[in-house]
Amino acid sequence: MSEIKKIATRQSYGEELVELGKEHDDLLVLDADLAEATKTAIFRKAFPERHIDCGIQEADMMGIAAGLASCGKVPFCSTFAMFAAGRAYEQVRNSIGYPHLNVKIGATHAGISVGEDGATHQCLEDIALMRVIPGMVVINPADDVEARAAVRAAYEYEGPVYLRFGRLAVPVINDRPDYKFEIGKGYVVKEGSDVTIFATGLEVDAANTAAELLAKDGISAEIVNIHTIKPIDKDLIIKEAEKTGKVVTVEEHSVIGGFGSAVCEVLSENSPLPVKRIGVYDRFGESGPAVELLHKYKLDGEGIAEQVKAYLQ
Amino acid sequence: MTDQELKIKANEVRKGIIEGVYNAKSGHPGGSLSAADVLTYLYFEEMNIDPKNPDKADRDRFVLSKGHNAPALYAVLANRGYFPVEDLKTLRHTGSYLQGHPCKNETPGVDASSGSLGQGISVAVGMALAGKMDNATYRVYTLLGDGEIEEGQVWEASMFAGTRHLDNLCVIVDNNGLQIDGPIEDVDSPYPIADKFRAFNFHTIEVADGNDFSQLRDAFAEARDTKGAPTAIIMKTLKGKGVSYMEGQVGWHGKAPNEEQYKQAMDELEKAGEALCQK
Repeated sequence: MSEIKKIATRQSYGEELVELGKEHDDLLVLDADLAEATKTAIFRKAFPERHIDCGIQEADMMGIAAGLASCGKVPFCSTFAMFAAGRAYEQVRNSIGYPHLNVKIGATHAGISVGEDGATHQCLEDIALMRVIPGMVVINPADDVEARAAVRAAYEYEGPVYLRFGRLAVPVINDRPDYKFEIGKGYVVKEGSDVTIFATGLEVDAANTAAELLAKDGISAEIVNIHTIKPIDKDLIIKEAEKTGKVVTVEEHSVIGGFGSAVCEVLSENSPLPVKRIGVYDRFGESGPAVELLHKYKLDGEGIAEQVKAYLQ
Repeated sequence: MTDQELKIKANEVRKGIIEGVYNAKSGHPGGSLSAADVLTYLYFEEMNIDPKNPDKADRDRFVLSKGHNAPALYAVLANRGYFPVEDLKTLRHTGSYLQGHPCKNETPGVDASSGSLGQGISVAVGMALAGKMDNATYRVYTLLGDGEIEEGQVWEASMFAGTRHLDNLCVIVDNNGLQIDGPIEDVDSPYPIADKFRAFNFHTIEVADGNDFSQLRDAFAEARDTKGAPTAIIMKTLKGKGVSYMEGQVGWHGKAPNEEQYKQAMDELEKAGEALCQK
């Protein structure tokens, strides 16, 4: 088997912005002194006149984006998830969400896979914070292909969108001609009959690995990619959950209020089934290489397989 | 408009503020009354706007960063013809398009949702930046409270506006000297205000009486003529201006008059209006 290509979704974000920028003059990119890290420096180089560095002031950046959007621009605000969803939460809610302005938030460095920077920079709460804002679309792409498609879909969608990207290079799993991305539509990655694993973001690839490990123990796991956490694909979740009757969710985020909670909300109101939520269990992250942390927090294939097995027993 | 005509309009705006807050049984009359004159000046004299076409692309923009003064903004918009003056009585009522704080998508003529202090100025900066990028001719005005400038975001926005030389931006500070918990210099002093904006690379204009139209006229003319830097107009005003028992009283920051107080306020404003018309 040939070496699997790995790309960080933040890289995909920066590169796709350049492609979109060639097509649309109204697209602007805003940064808060992190253009190198958010990978929007690529856009800055291509379109310096449409790149606005706001300096280290995320709250102001969100307000500026609101003003730009109200004058017909399509701003993509780029910073780390911690600062986009955390520090500037109320600006996103009141200046962008309440007037439903056409602002896109490109949040990079989500989750513990930030790595060495540690807990202050590892946002494990952004999905929860963003999905509770009325009218906010929340997308957590799994790989380069999905991330690029999500950036494009976000531009084409009229209204506020939160895009969650990672720092860690992750395997490209959707590189196939028939790949289609639609906001709010998940898809079955792998059919299975014993347990349904709903995964999002970089955990889709980890869940695939877990499924291979589980297969060795005679467990047939179905893997479903839910890239859009809001609006969530209710029909698919109900259908695939009912298929096996055993449900697991996996996210690189707190299990409180995030993706797993969103799946539980759908199932408890429509088809009550027990759900095991895999994620970060009500604690902060820590420093360490990303891959080591994902292993330590049982969010890699091995850790997921172990937790699923324990749950099924 | 002459100063005399503007005074008559501002008196009508004050009536609208009292009408709205009284019927809402809540709201913020003190700062609304201190800002009534500058809002009247902006909408009747200064800004390029069209009430028949509230969203026209080349209009001047206004952001009420001190969003709790929505009663004053609504009263000005109604008197300017954006919607019926009669509707001011629905302020803060369930289902009304006149929300407690400005809502862009509900109310004709409202350019930005605001009310969480410190946020409106950033939105105004974004509008001014869009204007510069598009080589548009419109100007952007935003009104801040003197208590509001205690919010750090105000200075983030100011630093950026100064850096970008946004000379199509005019920040106005309603320096009535009082915030909810008391005099601003006792609570968390923002003084010296003009020095601060100068330090952030603004051109500053200090207006001794922001309830005086001739002084406002001079200040806005100077702001319009200022090139290469944003302008901050810091204007001394009287909180509660125009209603005797509210003037200079911190207690009227966020309280509605009862029926007796309402009648007295409207009576005072009626008489003031009659006196202005006889001049």
